[in-house]
Amino acid sequence: MTDDKDVLRDVWFGRIPTCFTLYQDEITEREAEPYYLLLPRVSYLTLVTDKVKKHFQKVMRQEDISEIWFEYEGTPLKWHYPIGLLFDLLASSSALPWNITVHFKSFPEKDLLHCPSKDVIEAHFMSCVKEADALKHKSQVINEMQKKDHKQLWMGLQNDRFDQFWAINRKLMEYPAEENGFRYIPFRIYQTTTERPFIQKLFRPVSTDGQLHTLGDLLKEVCPSAVAPEGNRPGLTC
Amino acid sequence: MPSSVLWAVDLFGRVFTLSTAGQHWEPCRDAQLEFKRVSAARDCCWGIACDHQVYVLVGASDVPIRCQEEAYENQRWNPVGGFCEVLLPSDRWPCSDVSGLQHRPLDGVALPSPHWEWESDWYVDENFGGEPTEKGGWTYAIDFPATYTRDKKWNSCVRRRRWIRYRRYKSQDTWAKIPSEDDPQQLPDPFSDLSVGGWEVTDEPVGRLSVWAVTLQGKVWYRENVSHHNPEGSSWSLVDTPGEAVQISCGPHDLLWVTLWEGQALVREGINRNNPKGSSWSTVEPPTSENGILHVSTGVCVVWAVTKDRKVWFRRGVNSHNPCGTSWIEMFGEMMMVNVGLNDQVWGIGCVDRALYFRQGVTQSELSGKTWKAIVAGREGDRSLSGSSISLLSAGCFFGNEVRGGAESCGPGDTDASWEVPGPASSPARLRGKESKKGPSHATATFPEATDLSSLTLLQLGLEEPESTDCHALWAWVSGGGCAVEAHTTLKWFTTQSGLSPSTQTLLLPITPAQTAAWRRQIFQQLTERTKRELENFQHYEQAVEQSVWVKTGALQWWCDWKPHKWVDVHVALEQLTGNDAAQDSILFIYYVVHEEKKYIHVFLNEVTALVPVFNEAKHSFALYTPERTRQRWPVRLAATTEQDMSDWLTLLNLSCCESRRLHGRPSPQAIWSVTCKGDIFVSEPGPDLEAPERRLPCDQMFWRQIGGHLRVVEASSRGVVWGIGYDHTAWVYTGGYGGGCFQGLANSTSNVFTQWDVKCVHIYENQRWNPVTGYTSRGLPTDRYMWSDATGLQECTKASTKPPSLQWTWVSDWFVDFSVPGGTDPEGWQYASDFPASYHKYKTMKDFVRRRCWARASAGCTWAPTSPLPPSPSAPATRCGPWRGTAPPSTAAPCPPPGPTATAGTTSRLLPNRG
Repeated sequence: MTDDKDVLRDVWFGRIPTCFTLYQDEITEREAEPYYLLLPRVSYLTLVTDKVKKHFQKVMRQEDISEIWFEYEGTPLKWHYPIGLLFDLLASSSALPWNITVHFKSFPEKDLLHCPSKDVIEAHFMSCVKEADALKHKSQVINEMQKKDHKQLWMGLQNDRFDQFWAINRKLMEYPAEENGFRYIPFRIYQTTTERPFIQKLFRPVSTDGQLHTLGDLLKEVCPSAVAPEGNRPGLTC
Repeated sequence: MPSSVLWAVDLFGRVFTLSTAGQHWEPCRDAQLEFKRVSAARDCCWGIACDHQVYVLVGASDVPIRCQEEAYENQRWNPVGGFCEVLLPSDRWPCSDVSGLQHRPLDGVALPSPHWEWESDWYVDENFGGEPTEKGGWTYAIDFPATYTRDKKWNSCVRRRRWIRYRRYKSQDTWAKIPSEDDPQQLPDPFSDLSVGGWEVTDEPVGRLSVWAVTLQGKVWYRENVSHHNPEGSSWSLVDTPGEAVQISCGPHDLLWVTLWEGQALVREGINRNNPKGSSWSTVEPPTSENGILHVSTGVCVVWAVTKDRKVWFRRGVNSHNPCGTSWIEMFGEMMMVNVGLNDQVWGIGCVDRALYFRQGVTQSELSGKTWKAIVAGREGDRSLSGSSISLLSAGCFFGNEVRGGAESCGPGDTDASWEVPGPASSPARLRGKESKKGPSHATATFPEATDLSSLTLLQLGLEEPESTDCHALWAWVSGGGCAVEAHTTLKWFTTQSGLSPSTQTLLLPITPAQTAAWRRQIFQQLTERTKRELENFQHYEQAVEQSVWVKTGALQWWCDWKPHKWVDVHVALEQLTGNDAAQDSILFIYYVVHEEKKYIHVFLNEVTALVPVFNEAKHSFALYTPERTRQRWPVRLAATTEQDMSDWLTLLNLSCCESRRLHGRPSPQAIWSVTCKGDIFVSEPGPDLEAPERRLPCDQMFWRQIGGHLRVVEASSRGVVWGIGYDHTAWVYTGGYGGGCFQGLANSTSNVFTQWDVKCVHIYENQRWNPVTGYTSRGLPTDRYMWSDATGLQECTKASTKPPSLQWTWVSDWFVDFSVPGGTDPEGWQYASDFPASYHKYKTMKDFVRRRCWARASAGCTWAPTSPLPPSPSAPATRCGPWRGTAPPSTAAPCPPPGPTATAGTTSRLLPNRG
């Protein structure tokens, strides 16, 4: 699908309309208005919510503010999951906009990672990219890139610049013409019903008899419950 | 049971046969012609060659095909001279046929076609009614229409004797041309499909055949009187059809099906021994209305069909009494075509891999068979025929949009590792014209030995695995009409000596292109629906990430606007502004210093009409046109230090221009295509009001974006079908991608962009003047043109200084004298004239003081383009493709038009000034 710019654009420009409301127990000086925002599906919550933070901090006292975190219907939202994944996993059946509650106190230490700065998000993002490339190309492509390419990839994501991002990401999505695909498909299957955070296995794009695998084949092998008619809807990130 | 053969045509038009007893394809013994289609019977095979003419090949046999010709010599007795040739005025001819109605002089009896020869001269038949006659075989009667007797009686007033002569069909084992029935008043209507059958029609004479053909204009013809003794038949007769036919299939018995352009099938009714042409048509609707029938094939009591989505269908309930059958059953697999042979056995050509498949398990009780099994028989003489040429194919390219094997070889290359050049022997169809003119030495000189590393590796791949070429034989047509496979026959077709396990060769059609396209559509549709669902009511929400200005800066050189014109160093900045509505606008700033004062010019990219790479200098430069600058004939010319740098800027500027005009993806079907005199391809999107007379947009104000590739001619239809012809006369078809050429990264659709190659000759002229002392020398008058010049004589062009058309091109031959210049040349290539700007002729006269000759050198370029070559020689799709319809057939030995810059375009044409 990497050769299909129309699909890539649609994926990249996927947006979730979100309504942020301050948690009722937070202490404010004035009433906090909800804040509405279109969140890019392919980004991270803490990367794109500077405006939300500013908006609510305006009505709060400095001493009441510690690290911001988000919660949806009682579930703390893991910032290191892509926004689209969080929405599809937790809220896809609810009505839009997506109602997210904003907290500035009682950080759920056992559920969430701290996110003190954008550097942490960048480190997490790059480690995901590197992990995927290890599966796809034995890390050859990502290691051959220069530091500025890594930076451009990250800046592309951060500034929501499709062209800038894909100019680099394209190289990560290529494979030699004589091969039928990547060495392994990088994927994770997230489910709400299980205790496991996600399923991840080695999976080749081509079967031993030369047939190309489909997503259906993958699900059948690693997560048979998902393809059963009454199965749970898994969220997928690649 | 004696062995019989399966006939097939590969993509390059070569005809092969595969014996039921053998395991190797053998090339047809008469390999002079390339074929599009064949239809075989037991003893003969009919075919349509790439000249769109019908040919028949009669197999050699011990018993020759002989025909007796006879004529009667008639004489009347008169009292003066006895029996003599002087007849009464009311009498028959002195030499006539048996009835006496036709004049038949012995020397006037001609052979019916060049494919017959006389066995002996005329001789008198001295037998009459089985008994020998006296004196020269005369028989006597009272008068002409009477009973003849052996004996001369008193009342015998007339006599006659029979002369006989035998003719023999001599063109056995070669293709004999069948003349078409073209009305000289009209354009020729070439044949596009034919079918042979009807040899089992009840009670008919043994050896009779029904031969049916379809022409490009959709007419159906029947060949009269085809039989074993008259293998060529006598004449074509037209059979009216209710629609335009495209393809025809005649079964061994009385089934005849025809496919129509509209996708239905016609079934002929009333075929019997007295009326082999049948009497009426009835129509059968395709299995699904959206995908019409593309191809049918009939047997004794089966009909198989392929629909436009390449699905295979079996017609249930077909027999003599109900030739239309009852219903369609979808079969497994996707095929280009299927063919039903003897005993209702079925062969097919796979849609994706172009391999030949045999339907296993077809029996009288189970006519639809069980599975498709690939025929992996090797080809005799594969190596000698094609040598390394299929290496490219074996290196993983497969047919479809991606075939690059159009020229079967890409062997010899040049010094640039990314270039591929079609080899000399590779493309007989394309090079024949040239070779015949310039002699074979040119062809070999044009393409030096391979020095290119990348193509060398490909070459070796092919050589190391000769067997793999067998598996990759690409087939275009198959005919089993002469191939008798009984249910119990064991065939050796399915294994190769290289030990490929047959199981891997059975038809696996895991993911077909049709499926992929359907998936893609589905995914895109679901994405669009999701976007709509999640965004439709929330457009007024703020974006989480603010769009900002993005600037790319760099150092380039600029061809300054003032005199003296020269390249000056400039700083360049491209500012992209993205508005809230996601519309993008960009401004290009060019900062320069004049008299130590900093100044700049700027260009709004939404005003740019064309961005043209300029390769004809040492600089990596490009030109940027706006309507104003086109009017001034002074584009903004910028040069980068490296090719990469130039291509980065060009790509980015192109992208920005497209963004600011909101152009995404491939050109629309209405797009206007053009080629420049350099062979670059440009495309423009017409506005909705293009044809509104009051708002007509001149073409210099339209935005032209470049599409990769290099072509001489491009032609577009309003349905988005775009074809082009390269300078080397290869036909190319547009694959629906975009980008290519110097555009990299995101300006590309990587899926539909392939290498395109082209070969073009550069011409320079050697000029000489005559002087009384030394004759013609290269010493001219001071006022003369350069002794080595271009055609106009204005530019000096020496062999050493003349460069290939652009940096992306390299020489692939040495300089050679071009003898094919208009007007002709003497044996050394010279043309003579009285003075230089004069008309040249090919012989020297007293008044000729100057002479010139044309030198040419072939250069080849390779670029990335969203085009894919059409197979050079005939293949099945070519006859189905629209553009050829109703036009004269493309001849294989098309005359090579004189090279030179020409430009044509689809709906309009325009030349873009490349040099600025």
